[in-house]
Amino acid sequence: MSDMSQAEMQIVAYSCHYCAYAAADLAGVLRLSYPAAIRIVEVPCTGRLDVLEVLHAFEHGADGVMVAGCLEGDCHFQAGNLNARRRVARVKELITAVGLEPERIEMFNLSSAMGRQFADYAVKMTQQTASLGPSPLRAASGRVSRTGAGGDGLGTRREGSGDVGPSTQKTPAAHQERQR
Amino acid sequence: MIVAEQKPLDEIKGLIAEAEKVLVLGCGTCVTVCFAGGEKEAGILATSLRMASKIDGQPKDVTHTTVQRQCEWEYLDAVADQIREADIVVSVGCGIGVQAVVERFPEVWVVPGLNTSFMGLPTEQGVWEERCAACGSCILGLTGGICPIARCAKQLLNGPCGGSQNGVCEISKELPCAWQLIYDRLKSQNRLHLITQIQPPKDWSKSRDGGPRRITREDLRLAAEASE
Repeated sequence: MSDMSQAEMQIVAYSCHYCAYAAADLAGVLRLSYPAAIRIVEVPCTGRLDVLEVLHAFEHGADGVMVAGCLEGDCHFQAGNLNARRRVARVKELITAVGLEPERIEMFNLSSAMGRQFADYAVKMTQQTASLGPSPLRAASGRVSRTGAGGDGLGTRREGSGDVGPSTQKTPAAHQERQR
Repeated sequence: MIVAEQKPLDEIKGLIAEAEKVLVLGCGTCVTVCFAGGEKEAGILATSLRMASKIDGQPKDVTHTTVQRQCEWEYLDAVADQIREADIVVSVGCGIGVQAVVERFPEVWVVPGLNTSFMGLPTEQGVWEERCAACGSCILGLTGGICPIARCAKQLLNGPCGGSQNGVCEISKELPCAWQLIYDRLKSQNRLHLITQIQPPKDWSKSRDGGPRRITREDLRLAAEASE
């Protein structure tokens, strides 16, 4: 790994409400550990993914972005995940033109029952991003301490707390809320 | 609509190399509909330029705004301050939009962010095709509403030519023969007699051969005393 520890990395994980977000939840319930670099942003469907929002994540210092949607053919809105895959391809082109590596963004597909796969994908994405080193835009955008109050400068929703442990740990109340 | 596509980012970076304060100016009309230079695309370009300039070690102050129509000065006046404050304006309107900004703000350096391509329509989501060449003398009434000037590679008035094979043009297997389309349309409407009329040579003086064109409607012009 380069001059960046996994705890210092910031990987934004746009996660579909109907699959990946629930899979991340399941990973937390199963007490599966995956890198703390993952910052989950729940989206109603990966078809909601906006190219400009992803660019803003990179602009504000994200080292990587993972987009996690439903298995192909299983999208709650029929084709949102297929649209997202094309948008991820577009973002790869855009960030390549800008000067970033296209491997900093990847699309993954999984179901809500695939908690272990979510953790595996998170590890894979973290390792892939770590091999590229920190984003050259991170220094320019400034770092925000993980332990500081408020957001992380990415407009992301922070899941869990502290520097260790799965970033998807939820309070029982939050978990129960999702089960209703 | 006017259809355009964004220039490569490297080309735009070259155009703005000398500037520090950059305004990306979008247009809310044709280029919004063809996803080339609307509010979203202006935002994407501005963000890309900010990121690229930071990575290159020379951060630029890149902002963006979008007007309803760049090709009318009244809309440009609403963002006059932003235009004048910028070292350079990257217009992501069509070529008309770029020139409208230049004519309204002669002191401002304006560069194009798009390559204006053609006048056409979306045939499916994400696909645009040329339909009009603005030849200045429309003959769609004789050709079943299919334009041989825009859609025939040879711009024939009396087609098809020998290059039409099985309804496809010889220049590309992807390109339907315009005159085959015209024949099929006229046949389906029982108007094939129209295709038997020999068309005389076209008056190209009404097209680009006549130089820049201008239309004047005296009934719409403001009276001299009222415009003063």
